[in-house]
Amino acid sequence: MAKGVWIITEQRYGTFRKVSFELASTARKLADELGEDVCAILLGSGIEGIAGELGKYGVDKVYVADQPIFEPYTTDAHAAAIVQLVKEYNPSILLLGASSQGKDLSAHLVGRLETGMATDCTDVNIVDGRLRAIRPMYGGKCFGEVAINASPQMASLRPNVFPVVERAREAVIVKFEPAIGPDQLKTKILEVRKTANGKADLTEANIVISGGRGMKGPENYAVLEELAELLGATVGASRAAVDAGWRPETDQVGQTGKVVSPKLYIACGISGATQHLAGMGTSKCIVAINKDPDAQIFAAADYGIVDDLFKVVPELTKEIKALVL
Amino acid sequence: MDIIACIKQVPNTDTKIRLKPDGSGIDEKSIEWVINPYDEFGVEEALRMKEKFGGEVTIVSLGPARAVKAIRTALAMGADRAFYINDPVFDGADAYMTAKALAAVIKTIPYDIIFCGQRAIDDDSGQVGAILAALLDIPQVTVATKVDVEGNFIKVVRPVEGAELLIESPLPCVITAHKGLNKPRFPSLPQIINARKKPVEVKDAATLGVSMDVKAEVLGTMPPSARPPGKIISGDDIATKAKELAKLLREEAKVI
Repeated sequence: MAKGVWIITEQRYGTFRKVSFELASTARKLADELGEDVCAILLGSGIEGIAGELGKYGVDKVYVADQPIFEPYTTDAHAAAIVQLVKEYNPSILLLGASSQGKDLSAHLVGRLETGMATDCTDVNIVDGRLRAIRPMYGGKCFGEVAINASPQMASLRPNVFPVVERAREAVIVKFEPAIGPDQLKTKILEVRKTANGKADLTEANIVISGGRGMKGPENYAVLEELAELLGATVGASRAAVDAGWRPETDQVGQTGKVVSPKLYIACGISGATQHLAGMGTSKCIVAINKDPDAQIFAAADYGIVDDLFKVVPELTKEIKALVL
Repeated sequence: MDIIACIKQVPNTDTKIRLKPDGSGIDEKSIEWVINPYDEFGVEEALRMKEKFGGEVTIVSLGPARAVKAIRTALAMGADRAFYINDPVFDGADAYMTAKALAAVIKTIPYDIIFCGQRAIDDDSGQVGAILAALLDIPQVTVATKVDVEGNFIKVVRPVEGAELLIESPLPCVITAHKGLNKPRFPSLPQIINARKKPVEVKDAATLGVSMDVKAEVLGTMPPSARPPGKIISGDDIATKAKELAKLLREEAKVI
């Protein structure tokens, strides 16, 4: 019988990504309800030393494969290793992060393992001994409750939504060497071009400040950049601003852009079309600054200021500087 | 080149989604249906490849009766022919089932590249392309913003958190299309009329030899939990309002 809650961790350059700890903490909660263990899979090159960190977040056992073929990530190498482990140990639940890597890998595993998955979940629970996932659909215009009638029961978790909970636990580390032939490695990473300039990606940022049509032009984003600099935030944009050519497509927050879930989202000069709300609706705190009192964004906001953003934002920057520095 | 573009018909992004009172799904009345925007990028890229290298573009789609309209739109854009998987037994098909049905058709025709959208904007599942690659045992490159075919290989740009990857894959492979890949064309009136004559082969579960098998089951749908009403910050001047907001973010919301 399938047993155990397993997670596939994610690391880059030998450092765990935060979603790995969110996965571990969530898996612990589910495993405690089931009375089962949490096992983690860690793949990479030169990463064996970090495996022990996972115990702190509730992992009982870490399977580590430390080989050059796992760095940088490719679907082929990672899927081949994971399929071998899953087939051998038969976990009942398998969780991944709904990050770029996690989305690519998890969907491929669904095909290889012939199972089902709830994608980009915002809540997961155990009901009658089975996984029950809640996930946004139609860009968050509604939520679906999903059960997986196959094994393992897979779910990917939306980054930044699940809490990280520390526990005093010592993880057992098990090394494994998957047999992966060169014929199984078909795709190659030719180049990695960094684009973030040291800033967190929109999907991982704790604070996001977005500008929309009300920004009036690309040059005006400087006022948002200044506040972002102060708060360690990442600047995003609405579809209107991207379609106008003011900001690159990678900055777009919305149903046809990125889905973000920061602890603070500040929408400046954004009307709040459903397309945009779909991309930021699960943010913990939403601030709207817009001179149109009827803008839809105010209905979604926790705090709103009805006024000219070009006057409000510099003033807000000044006030926050006074508070935090 | 033989290029396949898989498409799904979905509600337009501007559509207001209403749930059926029993939570069994969405109310389809007064919805404007379109080709999933990410799938449309795939169709457009397939057509550009055909224009560059010659060959044929085949559309493969699974959907109910209404979905034939999306297929005709893709044919009007310039695709040559289509396979339309239409069978009531597939109502409620999940990503695995959908990929399995698409694979059953695709296995019967030649292909060099298969395009899918990186996700459909209705169920937001984002799995079908990758499952399809796994079932066909060919490589996948997901979330592509640029593709270049060079001989028997394809080079793909894929944005990830904080970086852009340049990935090389041998053909055949599955590419899932992302915004930024291209700007899809609008079909002209003569093209729309001409598309009515293009071949659309209808397949059902029996002719595909595939039976319905849902692994991820949607038990019910519900509206998002309502956020408590927000606070509009009032004040005599902008400085007062900004000061109040900064204070609330620090002391009440505790987010800065």
